[in-house]
Amino acid sequence: MTTPLLEARNVSKAFGGVHAVENVSVSLMPGEVVALLGHNGAGKSTFIKMLSGVFPADSGEIFIDGKPVDIRSPHDAQELGIETIHQTLALADNLDAISNLFLGREQTDRFGFLDTEAMEEGARQTIERMRLRIPSLTASVRSMSGGQRQAVAIARALHFNARILIMDEPTAALGPEETKNVGLLIQELKKQGLGIFLISHDMHDVFALSDRITVMKSGRVVGSYPTRDLTQDDALEMIILGRKPARLAAATA
Amino acid sequence: MTSILQSASSSTKLLPRLLQAAGGGGRDTRLFAMVIVLGLIWLCANLLTNGVFLSPRNLFNLSLQVSVVAIMASGMILVIVTRHIDLSVGSQVGFLGVLGGLVQSSWLPDNANAWWISCLVMLAAGMLIGLLQGALVAYARIPSFVVTLGGLLFLRNAAYELNDGTTIAPLSETFQSLGGGRNGVLGGPLSWAAAVAVAAYIAFNLLRKYQRKTALGVPNPLKAFDVVSAAIWCICAFGFVAVMNNYERPGTAESMGLAVPVLILIAVTTVMTMVAKRHRFGRHVFAVGGDPLSARLTGINTQRVVLKVFVLMGLLSGLASIVLTARLNAAASGAGTMMELYVIAAAVIGGTSLAGGAGTILGGCVGALIMQSLQSAMVLMGIASPLQSMVLAGVLVLAVWIDTMWREGRPS
Repeated sequence: MTTPLLEARNVSKAFGGVHAVENVSVSLMPGEVVALLGHNGAGKSTFIKMLSGVFPADSGEIFIDGKPVDIRSPHDAQELGIETIHQTLALADNLDAISNLFLGREQTDRFGFLDTEAMEEGARQTIERMRLRIPSLTASVRSMSGGQRQAVAIARALHFNARILIMDEPTAALGPEETKNVGLLIQELKKQGLGIFLISHDMHDVFALSDRITVMKSGRVVGSYPTRDLTQDDALEMIILGRKPARLAAATA
Repeated sequence: MTSILQSASSSTKLLPRLLQAAGGGGRDTRLFAMVIVLGLIWLCANLLTNGVFLSPRNLFNLSLQVSVVAIMASGMILVIVTRHIDLSVGSQVGFLGVLGGLVQSSWLPDNANAWWISCLVMLAAGMLIGLLQGALVAYARIPSFVVTLGGLLFLRNAAYELNDGTTIAPLSETFQSLGGGRNGVLGGPLSWAAAVAVAAYIAFNLLRKYQRKTALGVPNPLKAFDVVSAAIWCICAFGFVAVMNNYERPGTAESMGLAVPVLILIAVTTVMTMVAKRHRFGRHVFAVGGDPLSARLTGINTQRVVLKVFVLMGLLSGLASIVLTARLNAAASGAGTMMELYVIAAAVIGGTSLAGGAGTILGGCVGALIMQSLQSAMVLMGIASPLQSMVLAGVLVLAVWIDTMWREGRPS
């Protein structure tokens, strides 16, 4: 069996007295799309925020290529090749697409002055390579549509040669056409060997795009199964009741 | 005042299209509108004062008065862009001035080096004040309004305590020249040289940008907009020097030329514009102001950015205090009273949004010029001081109103 690209073992996080994530273990193989499902407040977002360095885990271990890593900041996560497309997109509305694409990772000379031209060219190439549609690279993101803003966030995640991509509700703000494009993009990235965590409430997307489904409830993992072994009813049963579906529990027990 | 309002709002529709046609779409059309407003104020003021307002002598004095406020406004813009405020800058100027005066009069009397040592002390103390206030805002998470309101009260009274409220004068002669006094001017030939240097710098920048774009194979490397704006800047530089050289030392035919505070202001504006637009730090400042949470998610250390902005503000307050103290040739504990309002007003009139995330250094300069021009015109027209302040207060509120309408007219 090959080494997982990313493996989280018994990761926990509490805010005050509330256990947002408790002993969660999840793994991700290269070229695999793992969908995280659960109600709002099930701990999905908290879990991926630990992977993307928004806040460190209280306990537990995270391995990348089998090596233990310490992710304490978004910068640490980026260094490890973990890129996140946040639910909020995390764009600075007042800046243009290029500035957002390189935000926090600007190309500069040794005095810290921006190499605007090189960044503009880099942004252009990434956007063309990903076949994304962004009307103007130098217009503020504020003036863009939901889909265009999404495209900027995707371009940012993919520009820096991500190995692990976390997509939190990537299609929530998109129309049918754009949703289809995101689906095509995910399949393309799979072929390139990226591991992808997909958080979505859209059952259709989840079953169309994911290889494995992991369901969370109240901060714990309910179960994790290959997508082809599950029906939508099984998934719903896990999400709502917080227990393994009766027919599968019998099979794996 | 109605003429100002109308011109600003009608130009908003025409200007973007004109700029678009010249290849400058998406540029700061607002700055353009403000320059036009400034031009109108100057013309009106000149008519109302029978040509005194635009005389070389008055423009020379105006350039000195603007310098102090505009130096600080360039820092205040970054503070406001990060969604904070610094109400203590006026008190900082007073406190740092007294500190510098004490260095010259008490600690190092009759020392030839005292002038530059006092300058360093003022700059360093300004940064220390900024560091303290910035740490309280960024790390202790006390609202900047409260921290700097405390700073306003504390520093003003610390300035009194430091020297029992007495004024220290006179100051070192070399120090005085930093304020643009008798010896604080470049004279004719050097002023021309300065204009040539500025023009050369502008041409060099244009060339560098062109070469970089050609090297990367960017299509259409040279836009008409860039060439035209570079040309306008060169014309402004030479025109300004021509006017300043026209002002002769009273009783002689010797040109005064550029005053030292103006040189300092040009240097500060250039450096601060580069920091704001072309440096990673400036980019992060705008990102933090635009969306603090997003900035954090992308890996920017937002607390450190805020801290640095306050330190920079302190440094610029120190610089402004040097210029003001040198110009007055006196370190008074009351110096800079109410100046925070002028500085904030200059920033806001200059297009800095109090909601954060938007503002330009050059806009702040124009804002300071608008404020100071109105005041200068009112002085020349013999309008009483309280009335002047009342008018300026009205202008400030008007500017914010225009700002609100401007932003509502754009996609949100």
